[in-house]
Amino acid sequence: MNNLMILVQAPVINVQLLLDGFFIGAIFALAAYGLALVWGVMNVKNLCQGDFVIMGGYIAWWLSTMGIHPFWGLPVAMVVMFGFGWFIYRIIIRRVVGRDMFTSLLATFGLAIVLQQLLNLAFGPEVQTAESGFEVRSILGGMVTVADIKFIAFVLTVVIAGIVVTFMRYSRMGQAIRATAQDARAAKVMGIDTERVYAFTYALNAAICGAAGVLISMIWVIQPFFGMAYSIRAFVIVTAAGLGNLPGVIAAALGLGFAEQFGGFILGAEFQQAIVVGALVLVLIVRQVQQGRRRQAVV
Amino acid sequence: MKFSQAQVAGYAAVLAFGIAGPFLFPAYTIQLSVLWIMILFALTWDTMGGQMGYNSLGNILFFGAGMYICAIVQIAWAYDVAAYTSHAGAVKIDYTPEQYFSSLGAGLVAAGVGSVVFALIFGRIVFGLRGPYFAIGTLGVALAAGELVGTWDYVGGGGGITVPFYPGEATAGSTFFYFLCFPLAVASFIFLKWLYSTRFGLAINAIRDDEEKAEAMGIHTLRYKVLAWTTSAFFLGISGGIFGNIVGFIEPLEVAFPTVTFGIFMVVMSLLGGKGTLWGPVLGATVFHLIKETTWTYMLGWQWVALGALIIIIVIFFQQGILGWAQEKWPEKFGIVVDEDTSAEDSRREAAE
Repeated sequence: MNNLMILVQAPVINVQLLLDGFFIGAIFALAAYGLALVWGVMNVKNLCQGDFVIMGGYIAWWLSTMGIHPFWGLPVAMVVMFGFGWFIYRIIIRRVVGRDMFTSLLATFGLAIVLQQLLNLAFGPEVQTAESGFEVRSILGGMVTVADIKFIAFVLTVVIAGIVVTFMRYSRMGQAIRATAQDARAAKVMGIDTERVYAFTYALNAAICGAAGVLISMIWVIQPFFGMAYSIRAFVIVTAAGLGNLPGVIAAALGLGFAEQFGGFILGAEFQQAIVVGALVLVLIVRQVQQGRRRQAVV
Repeated sequence: MKFSQAQVAGYAAVLAFGIAGPFLFPAYTIQLSVLWIMILFALTWDTMGGQMGYNSLGNILFFGAGMYICAIVQIAWAYDVAAYTSHAGAVKIDYTPEQYFSSLGAGLVAAGVGSVVFALIFGRIVFGLRGPYFAIGTLGVALAAGELVGTWDYVGGGGGITVPFYPGEATAGSTFFYFLCFPLAVASFIFLKWLYSTRFGLAINAIRDDEEKAEAMGIHTLRYKVLAWTTSAFFLGISGGIFGNIVGFIEPLEVAFPTVTFGIFMVVMSLLGGKGTLWGPVLGATVFHLIKETTWTYMLGWQWVALGALIIIIVIFFQQGILGWAQEKWPEKFGIVVDEDTSAEDSRREAAE
């Protein structure tokens, strides 16, 4: 609790934590939006969301070890992950859509284990970061440091989110996806190839996750087993915000980013994972209380 | 209860194997102990997932809780736990056999009771959640427990804690713990068999089939759900206490709360054997454990990939499990009567119309 006093005595540290929380929360929002998309359109709870993120990160890191700047990893990762998502849809998710909810949860959990172990075999368990070579700036008299790359990553996040939202709103495929989410049967009757829409949605989600992963690999660290934490973060955000609620997703993601930064600073870094999971339990309890008010159950 | 001759022979064979096992294969005593624990895992998971339709991903919580409670009681019997964990390795626990067995007994009882208390507390929280939220919520509770214990210095934090050693030879110790695991698994099987034959079994099956209707029929669903969870928790807690002593060293993420290994094995074993049946989990656990122990070491790091792939394959293609498949293939062997007469009559009536 001593750290709490530091926050009060040196308010400038709050600025640092707020900034870090803001930058990281924006990337959480990207992954969470992908989850909300898949969840809303095809009712699949994708527990390997975080592993797609980490895969994207490793693509950028791998390119950077080959001497290619990780920025190029962004388009590469999005294309590769789009193809990978389509492939996963064809072999696994296709057979899960429309079955009971636990099936999708468990199948994607199995997929998460496969992916994290494959990454571990391919790249080893070390913590990696893709060096982008930008300088770190100090503001407010050296008390607050902002790496340029964090700011650039934030701008890129906004750009990617903008492209995806525009695509969903105005393109033919985006309209088909939204129609399928509203009523898959009616969409089919209207001549929409829902199977293709599902495949595209899942692939798009993988591409968004891949992009998030590239940004995370540049501003933070990646490791094969970090995926589960990102999956849980995405679930926390989507559960808190609800489906099809973009402003809610952004608010919840930023909130989670702040909560993690402040919680980690006040309680100690070893609590960071516990804070993420604790947030999940908390959000679920709150939702339950809300639902309990609506139900007339025997208590 | 009436038993056919085949059933009696089956039970006798299992019991005979259980008793003779460690003497026939003395080199595999620990693996056999783990086999019984696996069977217990699958049975207790099936109480929730198969019989009640609440697919929990966090039952491992009680395994770890029991393990830690048992270890704390064992050490606190004569030592100061905080001092013991803060000077890791410096303080040696020296128990006479009498002290050891009494502390172990108290620890196992405390593990069972403590897990029940946890189940009562968490049951109030998680049972308002339905479907996927329940699965994710229980997963979250188990993951959080592992992370929080890792930051708790009293029990050694992430560094872990060593439990008192068995006074005597190592082989005698593993045989001793085998004869704790085996009766525990048998006891949980008999208890669950009895439980499923009572009104309680019917009630939780009703909850699985349609919870709203069950509630409308006057079943106090929350009470039944929490009770089913405490049943699982009790057996899991004791098994955790025993397992902690078999391993000898407790650590929060890999040993006590292994959500991605044991926690998911429970589910896979029940699904593999056939969930919602009594023998399915036993069969599934045995098959899974045999496959795992015989192939694991030859896969050179690919075993976890194979495990994940196995989960996907079972979930997508083989969800009815071995027993479910057998019931479809030979329904008459399971006492499921397909009435030839009525179906023939129906088709005749349809033809007349």
